[in-house]
Amino acid sequence: MEVKSSTNDRALTLALRGELDHHAARETVTAMERALEAGLPMQLVLDFSGVTFMDSSGIAVAMRASRRMAALGGTVAIINVPAQAKKVFDAAGIACAAKTEGSK
Amino acid sequence: MKIKPNNYIALDFLSRSVNEGFARTAVAAFAAQLDPTLDELGDIKTAVSEAVTNAIVHAYPDELGKIGLRASIFDGNVLEIVVRDWGCGIPDVNKAREPLYTTGGEERSGMGFTIMESFMDALIVRSKPGKGTVVTMKRRIAQRSGRK
Repeated sequence: MEVKSSTNDRALTLALRGELDHHAARETVTAMERALEAGLPMQLVLDFSGVTFMDSSGIAVAMRASRRMAALGGTVAIINVPAQAKKVFDAAGIACAAKTEGSK
Repeated sequence: MKIKPNNYIALDFLSRSVNEGFARTAVAAFAAQLDPTLDELGDIKTAVSEAVTNAIVHAYPDELGKIGLRASIFDGNVLEIVVRDWGCGIPDVNKAREPLYTTGGEERSGMGFTIMESFMDALIVRSKPGKGTVVTMKRRIAQRSGRK
């Protein structure tokens, strides 16, 4: 799992690339925690456009992100979610924005 | 009498998390002969990933052990997947199947069985503490028009 971070003002965007399963979840969480501590953002954006597979391990990552951002008094947005991962988030009742046709 | 499958594969592998991707990809490649849609293939991969992850995380928490995976095709385009371990077992299967229930701490969401249940047509979980767990899942792949 590759995690690329970019910051715009107090918004931190983490672009995830690869398969987000239990095997990849730990390094994803470690990278996320490190970026959160360094940036102390008010908004965290998780960009899922590069996620080629996700199981319930991704739900645990999203729940973790949401708890951390609540502690910082900020918010989380999960964007560009491909259909397969969207279905998993939907099953857990987690709000996220689907990847639209033609987006990278 | 046991109904014989038209085709099957059987794999044994060690409970290393790196094998999660291998397991779901192997089943997806085998299921390809049923001509599933991308959506159906996604559901199958997700369900296999959940079952195998459960075995890796919960059946063998402090050791590496054997996981058995069998995928079979039956008449009527039915795919059956069996994930078996010889690990510690689940003391209360009904409790384990409840949404959000987990003994896996912050790293797990407790949604594994819920996802297997909603993505597959049938889910049977048999477990004996100290002996192991067998998870059986079934999914009928829709016959598409234009397909022989």
